[in-house]
Amino acid sequence: MRSKTVETLPEATVLFAGDSGDGMQLTGTQFTLATAHAMNDLATLPDFPAEIRAPVGTTYGVSGFQLHFGSVDIRTPGDEVDLLVAMNPAALVVNLDRVKPGGTVLVNSNSFEKKDLNLANLDSNPLEDGSLDKYRVIQVELTRLTRETLKDTDLNQKQIDRSKNMFALGLALWLYSRPIEPAQRWLESKFGRKPEIRDANLELLKKGFHFGETTEQFVTRYEVSPATLPPGRYRAVQGVQALAMGIVAAANKSGLPITYGSYPITPASDLLHALSRYKNHGIMTIQAEDEIAAIGMAIGASFGGALGITGTSGPGVALKSEAMGLAHITELPLVIVNVQRGGPSTGLPTKTEQSDLMQALFGRNGDAPMPVIAASTPGDCFEVAYEACRIAVKYMTPVVLLSDGYLANGSEPWLIPDPDDLRDFDVSFATETNAEVDGQEVFHGYIRDEGTLARPWAKPGTPGLEHRIGGLEKADGTGNVSYDAANHEKMTRLRAEKVERVQQDMKPLEVFGDESADLLIIGWGSTRGAIEAGVTRALNAGHKAAAVHLRWVHPLPPDLGEVLSRFDSFLVPELNNGQLVRILRDRFLLPFEAMNKIQGRPFGPSEIAKKIAEMVG
Amino acid sequence: MSDNDSQNDPNTPKGRKPTLPPGMGTPAAKKPTLPPGMGTPAAKKPTLPPGMDKPAAKKPSLPPGAPSGDGASGLTRADFASDQDVRWCPGCGDYAILATVQRLMPELGVPRENVVFISGIGCSSRFPYYMNTYGMHSIHGRAPTVATGLKASRPDLDVWMITGDGDSLSIGGNHIIHIMRRNVDLQIIMFNNQIYGLTKGQYSPTSEVGKVTKSTPFGSIDHPFNPIALVLGADAAFAARTMDRDPKHMKDILKRAHDFKGTGFVEVYQNCNIFNDGAFFDFTEKATKSDRAVFFEHGKPLVYAGGTKGLRLDGFNLKSIDLDEGSWGTDDCLVYDETSLELATILARVYWHDELPQPFGVFYREERPTYDAQVNEQVQSVIEARGKGSLADLLAEGDTWVVQ
Ligand code: SF4
Repeated sequence: MRSKTVETLPEATVLFAGDSGDGMQLTGTQFTLATAHAMNDLATLPDFPAEIRAPVGTTYGVSGFQLHFGSVDIRTPGDEVDLLVAMNPAALVVNLDRVKPGGTVLVNSNSFEKKDLNLANLDSNPLEDGSLDKYRVIQVELTRLTRETLKDTDLNQKQIDRSKNMFALGLALWLYSRPIEPAQRWLESKFGRKPEIRDANLELLKKGFHFGETTEQFVTRYEVSPATLPPGRYRAVQGVQALAMGIVAAANKSGLPITYGSYPITPASDLLHALSRYKNHGIMTIQAEDEIAAIGMAIGASFGGALGITGTSGPGVALKSEAMGLAHITELPLVIVNVQRGGPSTGLPTKTEQSDLMQALFGRNGDAPMPVIAASTPGDCFEVAYEACRIAVKYMTPVVLLSDGYLANGSEPWLIPDPDDLRDFDVSFATETNAEVDGQEVFHGYIRDEGTLARPWAKPGTPGLEHRIGGLEKADGTGNVSYDAANHEKMTRLRAEKVERVQQDMKPLEVFGDESADLLIIGWGSTRGAIEAGVTRALNAGHKAAAVHLRWVHPLPPDLGEVLSRFDSFLVPELNNGQLVRILRDRFLLPFEAMNKIQGRPFGPSEIAKKIAEMVG
Repeated sequence: MSDNDSQNDPNTPKGRKPTLPPGMGTPAAKKPTLPPGMGTPAAKKPTLPPGMDKPAAKKPSLPPGAPSGDGASGLTRADFASDQDVRWCPGCGDYAILATVQRLMPELGVPRENVVFISGIGCSSRFPYYMNTYGMHSIHGRAPTVATGLKASRPDLDVWMITGDGDSLSIGGNHIIHIMRRNVDLQIIMFNNQIYGLTKGQYSPTSEVGKVTKSTPFGSIDHPFNPIALVLGADAAFAARTMDRDPKHMKDILKRAHDFKGTGFVEVYQNCNIFNDGAFFDFTEKATKSDRAVFFEHGKPLVYAGGTKGLRLDGFNLKSIDLDEGSWGTDDCLVYDETSLELATILARVYWHDELPQPFGVFYREERPTYDAQVNEQVQSVIEARGKGSLADLLAEGDTWVVQ
């Protein structure tokens, strides 16, 4: 055995790709776990096919898991891939353009038979036709080695072949000097009751790891030093988990029971799955008969004094829009979570996009503004969920929370928050009458708080506060039905003004990068990592730029105008055909330049850096 | 002939013959089974969701010397009338329903603050504004969803849902079937006037074929729904029919729906005197009521026409028999059993029948667990099994590591 040289890298990007049935998500997740244990900063991006079990070996059945990790600040799942692990030709063709020139392509050479090539629509074998010349290719007989390793077990051929991802995982762990123990522990607990499968997988994992050591194909092994993260206890968190925990935190801190109504839809179903496990945390979940029922149930719960939340994706929001108007005019607290996906219509259900911003801002009949908050990283989903709930209750308003497929499925190391550090979340229900009519003490449902303009929340069961609300226009103060012209204008303005007052709760904007730059990049939502990493690269290349990220898209932060006034040119990158840019142009009449990507994939930092170079270089 | 005279059209088809569903099972086979770990159906006591305060149980106190009222709650009909002017058309059947409900309320003994009326859209759905209780006038067709969310999170409340034939059977069709199968513990009063009133007179999903309305100048071609048969098809646990012009019957039926633990669905024939006047006069007016309507009760023979006629089961069909003429007696009449889904199905299909009277009463009643009780029992059982969740523990769940 020749000894290997060890090279230390600041960062690396690995992409596992194969059939939906090849277990690539699992492989990626376990590699992530090991990476977290190696104390690297990281960001991940799973990439699922829309079909659950597409025909084996086809390009549309390819499932991928990309992971970017490093000793440096990691903000995105990576632009360019250093190592692609491709389980078959289809996985290779679909992902090859993401591998950087000179990068490594590791393939299962047993799956490049004629029939495999046909399934991937290839006329010739890429391992032989020179199409991989730009890359370092490592051919590993994964299928044969797996069968060889497990030949003495009682597992059948299918079970054996399905386990080859563990060999690949072991090899990848070795290559990047990751610890193997976390995956071993996971296998032990996962297959504790199926010792044969457990032992087979453990054996393969170890074989893969040792294979790296022994094979002549690798001369170099890599190391990535621990990142310098703020001190504290960390875990890896996916956006959808963080969002669910933010909701639990809201229930915990407010003392309000939460009713979550939802109808299954990709990519929001995982939020329903997560919350339905948290019944002992004060969360009731109802899987409704449709999207409209889901929000109707949440509204009913809010009327009863719980906090109603409904989660969905863009097509579901379209169906809920009439009910969102009802929540707006009845001025009940409600959170509508939109885990955005590629649109319009059914669009690209498993791909990410930011194209529901206009829908969130304006997608209702009548003048029905509501606060719109957007999460910027997987971990940020926690804070944003908590904040959305808090604002909904404080201002008695529906709040739209925008996440997206990338945030929901992506993960990052997360400094576990201390519940005591969360902002106060006080709730006060009305218990007393608040007006007098003909000498009688009465309760009027639309007498507002002076600071927030919120109306009182009187829950059924409170004696003497019986009142009726509904979708018809309300008279200012009494809340009785009113068709009065002047009242309608007044109420429309009052409801809008109340939403504007959410500005009171916003923290000052933070400018990232070089404050003396001419160019300011304005972003919202999940593009934050790519924008800030892009600005960092640009700065390193000598191109001056700064960035500001909007957590609240409506109302816009009170200090945004002042921040904008310090810059001359503006770039607005969005994963849509130009939505925030239109809002900004309308509000500020400044030369905002749009930068749009509509490919179902997030921005990479290099795209942002390149654009900055074009603008200021 | 006025715009809305079509119900007098002799060519109007009168519904269809009762048919028997294939493979009809025995009543015993209908018994609901509970998911494992779920409480017994007998546990009807509303449980509160975790973290929810105990509802204020106290009744509104009355000034000293005030009349004690006529109800168990010490309240009177007037206590349930809101200060809002009722705006239905003069002569509308809705008034009778409102009056009956307001009269019934004090008898139910439920503290007024615990009563909630939820409605959708339509003439009927203005109802909550006229009740001095908690209430919400929601959006078209969606009242079942709002009511379900409310009752699930607040099982201590007494929830009533008000809807119409268009609201619940057309735009809200999906929700009405799902609230039925879930058996949420609340009462549904469906005002059936066989027309769209608030939008000024289009045919509804219960309008008869051939109906001439503004939207069907050449007659409607849509086959109408039979609301009782529809909800039975959706596994309604309680289904009844009554009429606006018989307030006593209506009150009895509403009380029974309220007493029932589960979704008490009550269809009320309601005259829209503006757009569909006289739609149910055959059944509701003195001259024809006795011959054209049968008021049936659990455990009693199906007799009508002042006891001169009865209904006999002939195979799977009901036949009218003359009790005066001598060959048939009351003993030959079907004794109704409201717990029999088979009988309910047969009787529900007696619908605008030429030879048989339209049935009014409780078609079906099946005791089974309610959704609101079950959803809260499940929450409780998870709390019992795992303890009340700790936020700090949840946040630190799974693999963690420390950065110094
Ligand atoms: S339109 Fe008909 S149902 Fe509506 S209020 Fe008038 S009479 Fe009643």
